[in-house]
Amino acid sequence: MMQIPCILCGRRDESEFVCGGASHLLRPPLEASDQQWGDYLFFRDNPKGVHLERWRHAQGCGRWFNVARHTVTHEILSVYAITEPAPR
Amino acid sequence: MSGRRLAAPRGSRIDRERTLSFLWNGRPYTGLQGDTLASALVANGVQLVGRSFKYHRPRGIFSCGLEEPTAIVDLIDGRHRTPNARATVVELAEGMVAESVNCWPSVGFDLGAVNGWFAPLLPAGFYYKTFKWPNWHLFEPMVRRMAGLGRASLEADDDRYEEVCAEADVVVAGGGIAGLSAAVAAAQAGAGTILITAGTATGGALGWRDDGELDALAAKAAQAGVRILTRSVAFGVYDHNLLCATERLTGGPRGPRGVLRERLWKIRARSIVSAQGSFERPMLFTDNDRPGVMLAGAADEYAHAYGVACGRRAVIAANSDSAYQVAASLGAAGVEIVALLDRRAHADIGAHVDGVRVLPNTGIDKVLGTSAVRGCVAVAADGHGSRPERFDCDLILSAGGHAPAVHLHSQAGGRLRWLADGAMFVPDGAAPGIVSVGGCAGVFSRDTAVAHALDVGRALALGFTVPSATPCGAGRSLASTRIADARGKQFVDLQNDVAAGDVGLAALENYRSVEHLKRYTTTGMATDQGKTSNVNALVLMGELTGREPAEVGTTKFRPPFVPASLGALVGRRVGRLYRPLKHLPAAEWHAAHGALYEQFGNWNRPAAYPVGGETLHAAAQREARTVRRSLGVFDGSPLGKLEVWGPDAAEFLDLMYVGTMSNLARGQARYGLLLNENGIVVDDGIVARLDDHHFWVNTTSAGVERTASAFEEWLQCEYTNLRVFVTPVTSRYGNVTLSGPKSWEVMAAVGFDAGLSPGSMKHMTMRESALGDVPLRVLRASFTGELSYEINLPVDATTAVLDRLWTAAAAAGGALYGIEALEILRTEKGYIHIGTDTDGTTLPGDIGFGRAIGAKTANFVGRRSLLRPAALDPQRFQLVALSPADGRTQLPTGAQIAASDPPTTPEGHVTSSFWSPELGAPVALGMLARGSSRLGERIRVHHLGERIDAIVVKAPFIDPAGSRLHG
Repeated sequence: MMQIPCILCGRRDESEFVCGGASHLLRPPLEASDQQWGDYLFFRDNPKGVHLERWRHAQGCGRWFNVARHTVTHEILSVYAITEPAPR
Repeated sequence: MSGRRLAAPRGSRIDRERTLSFLWNGRPYTGLQGDTLASALVANGVQLVGRSFKYHRPRGIFSCGLEEPTAIVDLIDGRHRTPNARATVVELAEGMVAESVNCWPSVGFDLGAVNGWFAPLLPAGFYYKTFKWPNWHLFEPMVRRMAGLGRASLEADDDRYEEVCAEADVVVAGGGIAGLSAAVAAAQAGAGTILITAGTATGGALGWRDDGELDALAAKAAQAGVRILTRSVAFGVYDHNLLCATERLTGGPRGPRGVLRERLWKIRARSIVSAQGSFERPMLFTDNDRPGVMLAGAADEYAHAYGVACGRRAVIAANSDSAYQVAASLGAAGVEIVALLDRRAHADIGAHVDGVRVLPNTGIDKVLGTSAVRGCVAVAADGHGSRPERFDCDLILSAGGHAPAVHLHSQAGGRLRWLADGAMFVPDGAAPGIVSVGGCAGVFSRDTAVAHALDVGRALALGFTVPSATPCGAGRSLASTRIADARGKQFVDLQNDVAAGDVGLAALENYRSVEHLKRYTTTGMATDQGKTSNVNALVLMGELTGREPAEVGTTKFRPPFVPASLGALVGRRVGRLYRPLKHLPAAEWHAAHGALYEQFGNWNRPAAYPVGGETLHAAAQREARTVRRSLGVFDGSPLGKLEVWGPDAAEFLDLMYVGTMSNLARGQARYGLLLNENGIVVDDGIVARLDDHHFWVNTTSAGVERTASAFEEWLQCEYTNLRVFVTPVTSRYGNVTLSGPKSWEVMAAVGFDAGLSPGSMKHMTMRESALGDVPLRVLRASFTGELSYEINLPVDATTAVLDRLWTAAAAAGGALYGIEALEILRTEKGYIHIGTDTDGTTLPGDIGFGRAIGAKTANFVGRRSLLRPAALDPQRFQLVALSPADGRTQLPTGAQIAASDPPTTPEGHVTSSFWSPELGAPVALGMLARGSSRLGERIRVHHLGERIDAIVVKAPFIDPAGSRLHG
């Protein structure tokens, strides 16, 4: 079980959080083609390496925030506010 | 009957003054305090303890520790059984009852042993091949019965288990001399340190020897404040340095109400030290599974720790210098060492023993005896040289070398490397967060191990660079423990009955990858996880495919290192605590008024209020009828309640719901559907505007957490510019609902404000009001089709107001009604229940909201998905009302609708179905392909081979004009 550093509460066990999947997705406009909309809804990258994803401290403060996590080692490289741009 | 108890002073762990009685396979025996079940059995001369997994060959006790592959037993305590216990780690207790597993009718006469005669027909992967035709499931029950291990009890477990979470700077897994050294050094340098040790005290492999250095270390550990968990084994390393261990609190029989049996430890540590030592590697020789063949070190430990000789005359088959120590030590304890057959050439041997005949370059060709060893035949290990020689013996000791317990290191992601000299896999550097010391790091020289462990402990405590381990002290061993030209069955995995020939077959069939080898032959996949078999299997695969063991590699070790009981993993999350239920604020009031409670979602709610011996069905019929004729009182407290505040609250709710909320006037309420981004209906509810910037949202009882989470996610992650707060208030407000034509009459009698009367307060409006000093939020909405008032009030006032309303309602001929009656009433009206009539594919258009979507100009969550071709497919299932063609047969809920008979392709299903007391006929809702355009059609409902014809009818069944809503 991982420990995730909530941006408000600090390190807590993973069981206090829910994962909301990949961050920084751009929602296509209503006029987007079915193909574009389908890609947005269903297709996700599955990198071996750093993955940017959003988590919510559901059993704690309730805050959503972004996590940069390595999918092999589960190392958490950084956490940052939901409104911040993706780290480069 | 070759095992026996040795005279004192042998037996450092036993107390010869305290005799314990136990039953083994129905026969009474005695052992001593301090014995394990295995040592007591050996002392009693019991050698045959079980039958093997596949061939039902007789098996004995093979080891003296947690690696035991064959002495697997069921412990029986009254109606309870603990299956698959390892006799070698079961502490003997007074009154213990134990049985062999995997044999029938008895261990001595086992019918399954006929499998052995058909052994040529049962090679590796045999069931993949043999049982493919016509269907594996035909054979499965027989194969499972023949191949099963222990039997689990069918009774609930009375015992208790608990879970403890802890933090430590350093946690040390293993209480041997290396682990103890690391723990002492860490604690002395100021680190909060926990030490986990399997025995009743620290000491590990040396624990049974009288050892001054160990005693001194134990004293230092206590002084430095090391927290020591005894009878505990670390079984897994998980993400971010979480180490899990089980602590055994009692092995004895349970009391009348169970005992606290095990504790699960979840230890989050800055650093983990793995000090779990090593296992002895067995030799591969023909019939190396006979009772009487065992690990050499184990026989030594039985002799000195338990004062038990495993035999009278022993032959040692060796591939390691450790065999010479055992020969000397056992000889001193009174076991005659007939010969030491060393697989290695003279030049590789780095030890000697006085008074024992040593034959280098020699191995066992075959074992004599079937259910007990009677002797063996030795030949030259390389196939050349001297004539075969026969030895009479009752014990064959296997000393194939060392296999470091690299499990925790590997679980943590550490790599392994092959040491050709010692023929063993050792950690290749440290894994993140975990360091190995002592035997599990390949360090077998005692002084080096202690010095290294002390350095490691200190470095971890102080944050210095951790010194790497240098494997040493094991001497030389050959990779192969098998003689050339071995014939017959040499067992690699004793527990899963995998022989060298099976590995050969896997190689022949090109399952060369170690992961394939493991799965095809099942080697290493039994409950012992291959602790005595993995290295031999890899070496063998290397030999057969012309590769070095390093090239073959190892599989990744996975938790658990030792079996963990389900009880320990589950802890207290059983029974009522498995999924705690929520209770109504007026729960006791309802119970006192005859409520029949049932579980609905995670709430305990009245299903109905039966009177005078009524059935649930009869009560629900009476209650529903009473609501339509006069009135009913319902506790709606579980209804989800959210308050939404802020200058952008209206805009936000427009985005969340199908249904426009921003144009609600103050006090108005509107129905809304909540979709996810796929356009799927996930909840519904009613939104009421209390003020310009303040809304009240009712969700379904089951959907409130889902809805509140969705609101938060959209607000925090997507619509971050909206100034809105969402406050879940479900548990702050009770809800008492009155429904029926006399609702207002009863409220007026109780003294509710005249402004709430149907004349001045319209359907789908909400008013803030008060009853005395109790503030109220009263919503006129209806789930029954009758005049209804949903009275939301502070949770503490619920019971008192409910009581006053009920007193007046009862006087007016009303009834209390529960969920069952509510279901009848809403189905009569064709009102859907989300999650009952809808499922994970339902779009708003499927349940009649196509027009609402077309009319809404603003965007909302899920809108784009409703324009996909699949959403516009005319064949979609749509909500319909159904009546049986004969007017009296109730349609079974869940029954499929299909045009053909017998049914092939379903075209829908029944979602809600009840008997209507008002109509005296069944009413039902369902989802039907093209349903909205099939009014009046006859359809076929299929249920368990029966066919019921039904007609698609117009909803609602009652009061189509909706006039009853208004009182």
